[in-house]
Amino acid sequence: MSNPTDLRYTASHEWVRVEADGTLTIGITNHAQEALGDVVFLELPEAGRVVAKEEAIAVIESVKAASDIYAPVAGEIIASNDAAVDAPESVNADAYAAWLFKLKPANAADVDALLDAAGYEATLG
Amino acid sequence: MAQQTPLFDTHVAAGARMVDFAGWDMPVNYGSQIEEHHAVRRDAGMFDVSHMLGLDLEGAGAKAFLRGLVANDVAKLSEPGKALYSCMLNEQGGVIDDLIIYYLSDTSYRIVVNAGTADKDVAWMQARLAASGLSATLAVRRDLAMIAVQGPNARSKTWAALPGSEAASAGLKVFQAAAWGDFFIARTGYTGEDGFELTLPVDQAASTWAALVAAGVKPCGLGARDTLRLEAGMALYGNDMDENVSPLDAGLAWTVDFKDASRDFVGKAALVTNGASKQVLGLILEDKGILRSHQQVFTATGEGETTSGTFSPTLEKSIALARLPLGVAVGDAVEVDIRGKRLKARVVKPPFARNGKAMI
Repeated sequence: MSNPTDLRYTASHEWVRVEADGTLTIGITNHAQEALGDVVFLELPEAGRVVAKEEAIAVIESVKAASDIYAPVAGEIIASNDAAVDAPESVNADAYAAWLFKLKPANAADVDALLDAAGYEATLG
Repeated sequence: MAQQTPLFDTHVAAGARMVDFAGWDMPVNYGSQIEEHHAVRRDAGMFDVSHMLGLDLEGAGAKAFLRGLVANDVAKLSEPGKALYSCMLNEQGGVIDDLIIYYLSDTSYRIVVNAGTADKDVAWMQARLAASGLSATLAVRRDLAMIAVQGPNARSKTWAALPGSEAASAGLKVFQAAAWGDFFIARTGYTGEDGFELTLPVDQAASTWAALVAAGVKPCGLGARDTLRLEAGMALYGNDMDENVSPLDAGLAWTVDFKDASRDFVGKAALVTNGASKQVLGLILEDKGILRSHQQVFTATGEGETTSGTFSPTLEKSIALARLPLGVAVGDAVEVDIRGKRLKARVVKPPFARNGKAMI
């Protein structure tokens, strides 16, 4: 599965979609779900939490191991995906459909510093 | 540069995700680890375990040497092919490795040791052998591959894949092996299911693997191997015990044989002096989350530690093996520190699952 070109990415394997209202929807990349293997548990941040850029704010656990998920930019959490918590395997089924949380960025321009699909793929070597 | 087993190219061609394990480039899964786990509990799966090392000990002093080398007593073996699980201890009673010894005769034994400890095991054995003055030689068998075929249908599918093998292996009891041409077929495993561990010449590994695939045996990675052995309550060297842990504190007292008072073995004096200070029991997490190795456990009688933890595909809950204070009992409520939060868990008696069924 290729990485959608309309999304932005982090080197720590999060994808970021900029919505029409300027909020961000965030998940993990297909590369990340493949590396993790079967996902069995998600711990997501609660709405209202103010987070710093690159702060570890969520945990994804596969059968194999636990991994942190980081805030791609500073801002405030406005929602998390309860459906993904109830069905963690949905992250394996389609990593770009199974969003994890939504964030209102403190500074809209911070998004410009994120990677595009080609830049992200370059980090995978 | 990681070492490769004779099946490396086969795994890569099958799309396996390869990881470094104890210095070996090994398949962790071929897709879904959970599907591979269920295949072994419900049908038949196989694992490349060629990273493990076979050793042949031969000579008039072989039996006496092993009686002094390991904590279990090979003197209880008299039937050809019969296997014995044992720990090999240091003088302090810590576990250098856990291994399987197959009895071929009083002067011939096949030993299988873990990959990560293989070099130090051989060095330890050679040094002890030289010091013992006993007449025996230890041969390293890197010319052999090993394939573990496990599951309720593992034996019948092996027979279908390897014509002629049934006659040699149908009569094997659990924990017994027999030679079949260049193959050594053992009714052993590390999953809590019936099945075979096949030892065979390296140049026949790929064709044998392909024949097993054709017979409907699912390739499984080390990921599923770990969840299967943990559900079965089996210890993993390096996680559940190591050189600083006595088998009596690692839930392995059943493998230490004190019956023959006249027998001395390395580590015996330390075990007798120290006795058991901990016990190993199972945990089932009742809160949401996943138990992992080396998390702190809080009980009414003191603190303990998880030694292995995972998500159990059979129970669909998180489980762990834990080294706990002697006062803890099955059924007790305990708490486990997971990333700074104390989550509720219940103490149970392993195994969690065997022979296709949940045991809890």
